[in-house]
Amino acid sequence: MAEHKKEIDQVTGVETTGHEWDGLKELNHPLPKWWLYMFYGSIVWAVIYWILMPSWPLVNGYTKGLLDYSQRAVVTEEFNAAAAERAETGKMLLEASLDEIQNTPELLEYAMAQGKVAFGDNCAACHGVGATGFEGYPNLQDDSWIWGGDLETLATTIAYGVRADNDETRYAEMPAFGRDELLEKEQIVQVANYVGSLAGIPTQDGVDLEAGKVVYEENCAACHMDNGKGDMEMGAPNLTAPNYLYDRSIKGIEAQINTPRHGVMPAWIDRLGETTVKSLAVYVHSRGGGQ
Amino acid sequence: MSAWKKHQIFEKNSLILIVGIVIMISIGGLVEIVPLYYLKSTIEKTEGMRPYTPLELAGRNIYVREGCYACHSQQIRPMRDELERYGNYSLAAESMYDRPFQWGSKRTGPDLARVGGKYSDEWQRDHLIDPRSVSPTSVMPGYPFLMDAKISPIEIENHLKVNALYGVPYTEEQIKYAKADLMAQAQPDSDAAEGFAERYPDVLIRDFDGNAKEVTEMDALVAYLQMLGTLVDFSLYDEKANLR
Repeated sequence: MAEHKKEIDQVTGVETTGHEWDGLKELNHPLPKWWLYMFYGSIVWAVIYWILMPSWPLVNGYTKGLLDYSQRAVVTEEFNAAAAERAETGKMLLEASLDEIQNTPELLEYAMAQGKVAFGDNCAACHGVGATGFEGYPNLQDDSWIWGGDLETLATTIAYGVRADNDETRYAEMPAFGRDELLEKEQIVQVANYVGSLAGIPTQDGVDLEAGKVVYEENCAACHMDNGKGDMEMGAPNLTAPNYLYDRSIKGIEAQINTPRHGVMPAWIDRLGETTVKSLAVYVHSRGGGQ
Repeated sequence: MSAWKKHQIFEKNSLILIVGIVIMISIGGLVEIVPLYYLKSTIEKTEGMRPYTPLELAGRNIYVREGCYACHSQQIRPMRDELERYGNYSLAAESMYDRPFQWGSKRTGPDLARVGGKYSDEWQRDHLIDPRSVSPTSVMPGYPFLMDAKISPIEIENHLKVNALYGVPYTEEQIKYAKADLMAQAQPDSDAAEGFAERYPDVLIRDFDGNAKEVTEMDALVAYLQMLGTLVDFSLYDEKANLR
């Protein structure tokens, strides 16, 4: 093998590499200089990087690098810096009462901005982007409230949730009058129609509303009150409201009496913190349904 | 120059070339991967991590089966915007029992690493059945069939065994009662629920799918989603000791 005999190729006029493979010779087209220097440069850069940044794993740890860089430390610092910045105004929110926040333009502006963002990320999934809710998820724009729509009540509900995994959560449970056989089927139809009559829903023909009234007074009035207006202290919904959380029809009322559905709202205080909860209360209160 | 010439041995014998390539790539693997197995700093010391319950594991298998990972990552990266939205950045320890892990950065939907407890079971259910019923602009497909698919207990014991083989610390008792535990977590009033609660303290035991009569795949998936990111107790976590 005569691999070291460089020669000029007759056809192209280019020097060969001197390699010969079964009579085939290779033209010498070296790598472009720009490419080659970038390649060498990247090797040099790698060595510099090893020295400055955390890189090589060793036996008991890894090299930390001269810069002592830590992605986690950096992000924690950034996060805390932003939190400190927010804490300036946030502190005023913490110290102010909800009424004060609502009546101080500067605080209100801040609370509304924070509330809007927090609502979009955390609340809109259930209550909708426009806070109008879905079936089973309360509409926050209307005047029907289950637990109450004033500022303090809203803040409490947001902080601790409803039937949530929190010691201070709001809790109410309606008995399953049908499933647990507390009422006869006929009684359920009667009382559902009676509730319908209170709410202004067309009742079914031939149903004894007077009997329904008796059933209502014996079983329902303790929480939903004689007039059907409910009791927000207990979380007993207003049955005469123009909007229902679930199906607003005689069938829907029957279904709820038979096997009530109990919605759950998570507690947000641990996830969001007091400042954000306050902002959210102010924001939700401003949506139109606030009391 | 003479050593320079030796490359011809590699270039003219494909077998030697392959062996050479394998050796070179192995060095990369040895240096990059092997230390992760013996370095104590790989997995942070945390309080609260536990293996998945059988129902959660079944839910996780459904999560993987349905390809949820194609649109949802479970990895909150150490970047401020992610911390603001999702909470503390994910720790290696939080996926120590994940086989395979669900990391990623491609998010068509939001990250789910800490979705546990963020929404109610009912919401998760409604959203899985028909995402647009609660999120009008969602592009997620619906999974209504999960409500009808009864959970199959046949394979669960083997799933636990395979995980144990990989080093997940399931006890013999947990493996033995895997089938009963699978059902018990979604049936709080059953007799089996008591034994389950002893084997897995501090886990959610409730009817996740709103259908008390059966244990469905919806139960499993919601049970899994509701525990995501809730295990590590960050009040006891030493952040300074685990800077990377």
